[in-house]
Amino acid sequence: MNQLSTSQRVFRGVLLGLVILFFMFPIFWIFLMSFQTNEQILRIPPSIFFEPTLINYQALITGRLETQAGNLDIAFMENLWNSVFLSSSAVLLSLVLGVPAAYAFARYRFRLGEDIAFTILSFRFAPPLLVLLPLTLYFEDIGLSNTYTGLIWVYQLISLPLILWIVRGYFEDISPDIESAYRLAGHSWLQTFLKISIPLARPGIAAAGLLSFIFAWNNFVFALVLASADKQPVTVGALAFVTASGIQYGQIAAGIVLSVTPTLLLALYAQRYLVEGLSLGAVKG
Amino acid sequence: MSEVQLSLNSVDKTYYGKKIEAAVRAVKNLSLQISKGEIVALLGSSGCGKTSTLRMIAGFEGVTGGTIQLSNHEIQQLPPAKRNVAMAFEGYSLYPPLTVRDNIAFALKAERVSRSESDAKVMEMAKFLEIEEILERYPSSISAGQQQRASLARALVRKADLYLLDEPMGQLEPQLRSVLRVRLKQYLQEHQMTTVLVTHDQTEANALADRIAVMEDGELQQFETPTQLKHRPANIYVGTFIGEPPMNTFAAEVKPVGKGFQFQLEETGELLDYQKVDFQQPLRAQLIQHKRIVLGLRPHAVKLGKGALQAQVISNQWLGDQSHIAAEFANRIIVAVSHQREEFQLDENVPFHLEAEDLHFFDAENGNAIAHGLEM
Repeated sequence: MNQLSTSQRVFRGVLLGLVILFFMFPIFWIFLMSFQTNEQILRIPPSIFFEPTLINYQALITGRLETQAGNLDIAFMENLWNSVFLSSSAVLLSLVLGVPAAYAFARYRFRLGEDIAFTILSFRFAPPLLVLLPLTLYFEDIGLSNTYTGLIWVYQLISLPLILWIVRGYFEDISPDIESAYRLAGHSWLQTFLKISIPLARPGIAAAGLLSFIFAWNNFVFALVLASADKQPVTVGALAFVTASGIQYGQIAAGIVLSVTPTLLLALYAQRYLVEGLSLGAVKG
Repeated sequence: MSEVQLSLNSVDKTYYGKKIEAAVRAVKNLSLQISKGEIVALLGSSGCGKTSTLRMIAGFEGVTGGTIQLSNHEIQQLPPAKRNVAMAFEGYSLYPPLTVRDNIAFALKAERVSRSESDAKVMEMAKFLEIEEILERYPSSISAGQQQRASLARALVRKADLYLLDEPMGQLEPQLRSVLRVRLKQYLQEHQMTTVLVTHDQTEANALADRIAVMEDGELQQFETPTQLKHRPANIYVGTFIGEPPMNTFAAEVKPVGKGFQFQLEETGELLDYQKVDFQQPLRAQLIQHKRIVLGLRPHAVKLGKGALQAQVISNQWLGDQSHIAAEFANRIIVAVSHQREEFQLDENVPFHLEAEDLHFFDAENGNAIAHGLEM
């Protein structure tokens, strides 16, 4: 690294500060909001000094929301659980399907191979609404609407392409001869795949899994249309705070803080994998 | 000759691209019989099909046609794991998460060799290839040459019916290479290990192999001992491919004169005069029958200093133990090698002659050898 002069260092500090302020302010503000009552939030002018209250978190965790207009049951904790369940299952299924597929695309040239891979990627280009309308109708017919199975299936549109393409690049980076050497030593194709290919591609698989988990978690529109209250994830569940008697900003903020926390922790924990996994070519034999 | 260990019978390999026109026939009707304990080198320029052949024997590529027999069993349909073949890869292909020691012991573990026996074998191999000090290191932290030796050790430590070595010494330093060549050859012979090695380096092929299969464009050109390849090349390709610097070639017309012949070079009409040489039958009859031939002359056989022919010097290089002289003769460049330091100046006209017994005669139509001067 070059030695920076004092003025350069100050300049850099100011710039970094600005960037951090810009990106972190909304999160910081929501964090503050989650400890305030609706009256405190809506006062003019807003202030960052207030008497913190845990009432929002209480309401979310107990599931009872008390407003002037009356009491309301909210399913936030169920929603949170739904989010965890839906996202993890979707990613798990995508890994089971996507990793072997990625391997096939990386190692073998077969008829229409590139076309299939591209079609799967193109799911990411299309706006979700494009598939939602026909899917709603079909899901009604075959009884998949408002089921976990149906949602996890639709979530594949989010997680599968991501996993397939990131992991494919990873497999392509592994020299096929490493696998060949293992196979010559008396191991079957499957053993080689499980013992050599997957461990070597692990950083890529972890990164792809993590990324698609975050995308699945943040998804809103699929669940909004295809699931009702008891199957909804937090992203949709937060809508419940828009009540007849007003918008419950405090609870929304607390809900956001609670729902962001798992992905944030996960991302922080796996930061190393993410960077390593997304900058291809990290495995060198 | 002892029993045949590996036999390729009319093996064909075609790679099909997206379109039928894009198909590439990488190996054409290749037949080879390799005896037990024999060391064979597949030699050729890149893209000649030698690596494809190796990969078909190992089982990583299917054959398009023909059969492969190892120890009297047809193996072309078996998966690699069932062929009992050991291979050292050009790209080393060590498992990154394992130490060098574990890499070498890997296949032994799969064969359920006992721990103590495996340790002893790994140690023996490591000593043999001079990698004892790096046994506990990981592949990413050792040099290319060390990786190559580790990969070689991993192949040789196994007990297999056949050993395949793909460019086994390409990354080694020259000194180590010549030491290891001798040692490797001894080791392979002592243990009666049937070996097929792929290389583009003639020196390596000559030093290691009992017989060399020269391949070009997917076809086997000649399968012979190193000496035979040099003295009796089967065609112009082998003649010019084997030997450094390459063989000089001249198209010529055959003119019988008395007991001997004159060869008139086609481009410029120079006469190479051998009318006093006694060309005996059947060579005599063959030459008369062919009329047009290609003459091959090894650079070592071009005798500079006296003679009826003259060439104009283009370059004269002393390599420390021999002079390489390039000169213009009959509108072409002729290369000569002399074992003493020659003092010819640029553009100097130098007389030279060629002994009849050093000439190689090739058919001008198909390039096949008609005869070699030695046979007279």
